[in-house]
Amino acid sequence: MGKMHITTRINGDDTEFLCDADESLLDVLRDRLGLTGAKEGCGTGDCGACSIVVDGRAVCSCLMLGAEAQDRDINTIEGMAEGEHLHPLQRKFLEHAALQCGICTPGILVTAKNLLERNPDPTETEIRYWLAGNLCRCTGYDKIVRAVQDAAAEMRGA
Amino acid sequence: MALDEFDSENRIFSAVGTRPVRPDGIDKVTGKAMFGADISAPGMLHGAILRSPHAHAVIRSIDTSAAEALSEVKAVVTRADFTSPVSRGNIDVLENCMAGEKVLYDGHAVAAVAATSAHAAKKALRLIRVDYVVLPHVTDVDAAMQPDAPVIAGDEIKVEGHSANVMSRCEFGHGDLEAGFAEADIVMEKSFRTAATHQGYIEPHACLASLGADGRGELWCCTQGHFVARNICADMLGIDSTQLRVVASEIGGGFGGKTTVFIEPVALALSRKTNRPVKIVMPREDVFRATGPTASSSMDVKIGMKRDGTMTAGQAVLRMQGGAFPGSPVDMAAMCAFAPYALENVSAVGYDVICNRPKQAAYRAPGSPMACFAVESVVDMLCNELGLDPFEVRLKNGSREGTRASYGPKWPRIGLMETLDAARAHPMVEAELGPNQGRGISCGFWFNHGGETSVTLSLSQDGTVALQVGTPDIGGSRASMSMMAAEELGIPYEKVRTTVADTASLGYNDVSHGSRVTYASGLATIKAARDAKKKLCQRAAKIWGIDEDAVDWQDGQAVPAGHNAGGHDPLPFAKLCKTMGRTGGPVSGHFEATPEGAGVSFATHVVDAEVDPETGATKILRYLVVQDAGKAIHPSYVEGQFQGGAAQGIGWALNEEYIYGEDGRLQNAGFLDYRIPVASDLPMIDTEIVEVPNPGHPYGVRGVGETSICPPLAAIANAVSNAAGVRMTELPMSPPRILKALDDA
Repeated sequence: MGKMHITTRINGDDTEFLCDADESLLDVLRDRLGLTGAKEGCGTGDCGACSIVVDGRAVCSCLMLGAEAQDRDINTIEGMAEGEHLHPLQRKFLEHAALQCGICTPGILVTAKNLLERNPDPTETEIRYWLAGNLCRCTGYDKIVRAVQDAAAEMRGA
Repeated sequence: MALDEFDSENRIFSAVGTRPVRPDGIDKVTGKAMFGADISAPGMLHGAILRSPHAHAVIRSIDTSAAEALSEVKAVVTRADFTSPVSRGNIDVLENCMAGEKVLYDGHAVAAVAATSAHAAKKALRLIRVDYVVLPHVTDVDAAMQPDAPVIAGDEIKVEGHSANVMSRCEFGHGDLEAGFAEADIVMEKSFRTAATHQGYIEPHACLASLGADGRGELWCCTQGHFVARNICADMLGIDSTQLRVVASEIGGGFGGKTTVFIEPVALALSRKTNRPVKIVMPREDVFRATGPTASSSMDVKIGMKRDGTMTAGQAVLRMQGGAFPGSPVDMAAMCAFAPYALENVSAVGYDVICNRPKQAAYRAPGSPMACFAVESVVDMLCNELGLDPFEVRLKNGSREGTRASYGPKWPRIGLMETLDAARAHPMVEAELGPNQGRGISCGFWFNHGGETSVTLSLSQDGTVALQVGTPDIGGSRASMSMMAAEELGIPYEKVRTTVADTASLGYNDVSHGSRVTYASGLATIKAARDAKKKLCQRAAKIWGIDEDAVDWQDGQAVPAGHNAGGHDPLPFAKLCKTMGRTGGPVSGHFEATPEGAGVSFATHVVDAEVDPETGATKILRYLVVQDAGKAIHPSYVEGQFQGGAAQGIGWALNEEYIYGEDGRLQNAGFLDYRIPVASDLPMIDTEIVEVPNPGHPYGVRGVGETSICPPLAAIANAVSNAAGVRMTELPMSPPRILKALDDA
């Protein structure tokens, strides 16, 4: 079967690629476009390491087909910093030591940014439930939740 | 100042104890960091591994012809493509990486293919025909010990009275048990079981291998120990170890599970056969079926106590299955079981059992959490029965400097009492408990390890330092190594760059395990820095034309000492670096040794839990970790280890479990059904770092990574039992088990 030609926008850049009809968007990002920031932890939508934002909605890119990216607006971890300036969440994750091994970090950052765009002042419980689809095995989530709270406060100007 | 003193008690630190941003931080928050699966090579093939659907079967034949006929398939390998290892220990590892005559568990590898795409490789696996003769199987530890159990490997009885699956028996202790129990006012005895759990790292095993027919190769992989991976792989492929250069990628969690090899020798064999680079990334299902997990256990514990809380005797019988190969951590469990208590009469017996499950891999303090669960549960039962305060009982009977450990040695300086005092004084202990809520406490112990270690610290002309270590960074160790080098040299943290060197660039290093990295690579870094300082003092002596012995190192500079004091302007580190080309050439500091002074670590955990009697669900309300770190180099990462260990312990205590069906197949090989804690399951985890310096480290460091998972199982079981009003003796304490316990009560 021939490949599909897809035109999309990733981190603000117009992008086109060829992919198989049954190829996941995660595989396209990682293997065809060299965007390896999204990770495959399970391939079944259980761990959130492959989280990206599609048209403003956080999704597991392993559960989406590359072909479904047609005409979408996609954001990945690679587009989170602006030039040399880290996003406040990225900075706060470093300051709070909110990562150990770092494999879940891209997915958690992308998902947390999506939360703060919808809710600039989330409670601890709201943060915990919003991130419940992003597994972290190293930290026990404590420092992650604190980093998100601190970033939210800074972004609110609090 | 002598260059070799251990003066952690009186030293005033500048870099150590601060919380700088980690050097690998920006790469990890921007997605640039390269993990195992993130690299590719020109001309690369994709490997995939066929695994047994049976728990136990003889392989009569493997027909790979249909797979090989696919144009996309470039090679198929089976056991015949490997060399019989020279090292005895590697024979089981090879048998586990690729089955020989029999498959020993559901998920055991039998063949592998390399193809032009991952998709084609997967398709090819379905075309491989394996003719199996299915054998009876056993997956339960107690059942595997029965004299009539299906035998996994050889009929020879190793331990009298048990099946041939019992591979060995160990015993630790001292004193007179009978006399001890006779002295007690009350003797409590209970049996416990824990399920096998997986390390649960989020990054599946992944590697990229390239090996030529001349036996020279390159391997990139996520591993806790690339030197060990090199040696094992070379042994299995019949090549010289130094002809294989292994690069450790960033590692997405290990927890002990990445201290050995699974896919790496397979990728190398496929690469050799095709003369092309081969990448293998393990599917998550295979990670569960064929890597890790830890042992499951069945344990009996008996403790005698006087009315005043004095413990008179302790006895434990521990049975652990470690999968289809000997080596369950039951020996370490037996050593750790009573470690927190100074008992005159104590015995711990362990049985190492094999059954039809994947070969266990180390998991954070292997064996200790299970034994601790059983012993600390019985201590809690005795406290409840006698109406005694659980802190008081532990303070009264606890191990301290000079008392004899249940496994033999006399304790040097240890911090158990300090953790108990700090926990008891913590505000959390004042919190009022409501209905269906309970509090549990537990102490825990881990040995910590030294291990073979090499470090090179190279100075650059601009006054900066390149530090090469050989222990993969699994928890922020590049930050702590840079801090220790900066501390010792008296230069800013930012002037040191720490790299995990590949196997061709540094002497041998054991794996990052045993909570050894901050201790051993840290000690090696400090010693290498002292070596460099000594050389810089020699250069200063040369410049000044004075005796080498007449130069001291103070606050980051060489200063003339003795009768030369004040005779010359001090020479700062940067200046000595700048001129080193003219004063004798490049300067590097080295250290190679096996440090023996790893200090043991104790912890005390306190948990408040609420049990819903309608659903059987448990909610952790509050959690406190107090642990002796000796000296916290980077306190944030020490806290992170405390919190991470507690969280893994919460999962083990409440949810996580390998579930096997009657057919011997694993039923929950995915994160949906094997449920590790998610953010909404947990509260904030309070930490308190106790610092009782380890006399075996220049700055007093004790390993911290593993002790934190020892107390949680017991602390949570005690909290849940006190909340539910019924003693929970089997882990995980999943809602159905709690409901059943409530019904049976």
